[in-house]
Amino acid sequence: MSNLSLIVVLLILMALGYQLGMTRSRKVATVNPDLRMHSRPHHYGMMVGLWAVLPAFFILLLWLWLAPAVINSMMLAQLPADVAALAADELRVVSQRIGNLAGNFGVVADAADWELAAAEHLRQLKANSALVLTALMAVIAAVGMLYSLLRITPRLKARHQVERVVKALLVLCSTVAILTTIGIVLSMLGETMKFFSYIPPGEFFFGTTWNPRFSTVGVGEQGDFGLVPLLAGTAMIAGIAMLVAIPLGLMVAIYLAEYAPVKLRNTAKPVIEVLAGIPTIVYGFFALVTVGPFLRDLGAAVGLDINATSALTAGVVMGIMIIPFISSLSDDIITQVPKSMRDGSLGLGATKSETILKVVLPAALPGIVGAVLLAASRAIGETMIVVLAAGNSPSLTANPFEAVSTVTVTIVNQLTGDNDFSSPQSLVAFALGLTLFVITLLLNVIALVIVRKYREQYE
Amino acid sequence: MSNSAPVKISATDVKVFYGDNQALHGISMDVYQNEVISFIGPSGCGKSTFLRCMNRMNDTIEHCRVTGSILLDGRDIHEPALDVVQLRAQVGMVFQKPNPFPKSIYENISYGPKLHGLAERKADLDDIVESSLRRAGLWNEVKDRLDQPGTGLSGGQQQRLCIARSIAVSPEVILMDEPCSALDPIATSIIEELIDELKQNFTIVIVTHNMQQAARVSDRTAFFHLGNLIEIGNTNDVFTNPQQKRTEDYITGRYG
Repeated sequence: MSNLSLIVVLLILMALGYQLGMTRSRKVATVNPDLRMHSRPHHYGMMVGLWAVLPAFFILLLWLWLAPAVINSMMLAQLPADVAALAADELRVVSQRIGNLAGNFGVVADAADWELAAAEHLRQLKANSALVLTALMAVIAAVGMLYSLLRITPRLKARHQVERVVKALLVLCSTVAILTTIGIVLSMLGETMKFFSYIPPGEFFFGTTWNPRFSTVGVGEQGDFGLVPLLAGTAMIAGIAMLVAIPLGLMVAIYLAEYAPVKLRNTAKPVIEVLAGIPTIVYGFFALVTVGPFLRDLGAAVGLDINATSALTAGVVMGIMIIPFISSLSDDIITQVPKSMRDGSLGLGATKSETILKVVLPAALPGIVGAVLLAASRAIGETMIVVLAAGNSPSLTANPFEAVSTVTVTIVNQLTGDNDFSSPQSLVAFALGLTLFVITLLLNVIALVIVRKYREQYE
Repeated sequence: MSNSAPVKISATDVKVFYGDNQALHGISMDVYQNEVISFIGPSGCGKSTFLRCMNRMNDTIEHCRVTGSILLDGRDIHEPALDVVQLRAQVGMVFQKPNPFPKSIYENISYGPKLHGLAERKADLDDIVESSLRRAGLWNEVKDRLDQPGTGLSGGQQQRLCIARSIAVSPEVILMDEPCSALDPIATSIIEELIDELKQNFTIVIVTHNMQQAARVSDRTAFFHLGNLIEIGNTNDVFTNPQQKRTEDYITGRYG
């Protein structure tokens, strides 16, 4: 049987075990009317279901993990002596060919007789393996089910068993998320180390020129991999975005939390949050087609030379995008400030605006700072708007009206098109990614610490 | 307190509606200058609602409507020319749960005077802070840690801080909404002594669930029931010789 059908059968078995367990536990309960069952019927059902499925499932996993190697070595043992004497990596090629033959894939050149024989042998082995696995699982599932069915007594703590399994499942799921993060870091770390074997870290972190050349030019002509212009561009665009988003977002939050009638708040808040849901590439169009030319014309009208694609364009549009991050979170935080705080201030004869400025906002400040930092880390990692609207010119400039480039854009540039993943031109993308990751991670950690501290204040 | 003292607050036919729900059914009473008057009655009888009418704190509640007239020193507190901000500076409030601002002790007290521009120089402000804390009997306990957060004080100290905070803006009337309900007996007795001293300078209206407290601190007592004022009189008379059956039932613990 194929592995998929095995799993389907296991699921059916689980349902069956559940029913049997329930029935059995009810029967046990009626036989022992003077004893109270420890757990509810569905706990017994779940326990039987799990006993039927889990051990068999582990066998399946184990088998899938170990069997290919075992089968391969069994197949190799039957090869003619001269082939078997080949070096390890040549043997790998041989077993690859045989595997392809056995799977009815084509191979280069005609297959030798011994190869065909080995392929037949391999097919046989695989069929046997599947058969043995199916039989083994059937036995184990049946034993598990019977064993647990027979164990059902009023004293059996079925609920504890089930809860332990569920808890293990929950732990497993949360581990997946954490492991993914670690995996991402590790995979980037490896490539970054490779990059640093070409370019010393000092040159990367403190270099002020970004000009990686092309990998095809040859190793003799190494480019300049200075991070500073990219970081400066990132900081400038994110800074402009925050300049737009903080005042706007805060005012929105104050209005929604303190002044807006409940009905308006309930409508306006989700509408504003839609801003965060618009795909960033669409913001990119918007910046490129509408905001950029508008800013250019505006600049021309007041005598400023503003590029249509510039740090300003990208920053302004990005600022608009992150307004809901700030407004929505801040609104929640401002609303959480207890009413007694407002009453206390109003009761002293403070006006509403004095109360908001001097009592509510200071009380909410840590939370607001957290919201701002979360928005900032979002701005720093943002890519598509900048790709389209910032002009992609990795030069070190303090003029926001000029085109700049950012870390994210450069990663896109270095990894699109033809790539040779052993050249520093491609590897630098991982170094950039890791740098960005560390920066946003730090911002997030700081934000979370601040937000958590704030939470404790009113508990 | 003799009834010859000048009338500080005069309420006539005050009705309060929360949406379609009528919470007060026409309350009329006078509050005299420098007296302590307590409002008693079972929960939901409208005593807090009436208290909050006196400095228009009910304005902050949506769908709340107040009718009738309340005169403070003969002037209608609802008249358009009178600013609610001025009113609340004149009629201060202490709440059921101590609610110090999450600021330092000093800033908690100086908050009101600063808003109202009562102090021109830092030294004046220092004076106000010290005298307010002294009058609230808190000075000796906190004088060495004025820069520490007010939220770090004990419950009783916090409530005295809140009283000091309202004294600091020099009100004429202080409204207290069950100021001791969240405090232990010792903190309560300290606050009760404080109320006794404060009445030299202020008119105090206090809502309380604790009848012994009403008997101890107040000159007059008003009994509320189901949004009506049932009886009002000298505290002694109300507790020893109530005129109304419902007052007697409540005071003797037959319900409420």
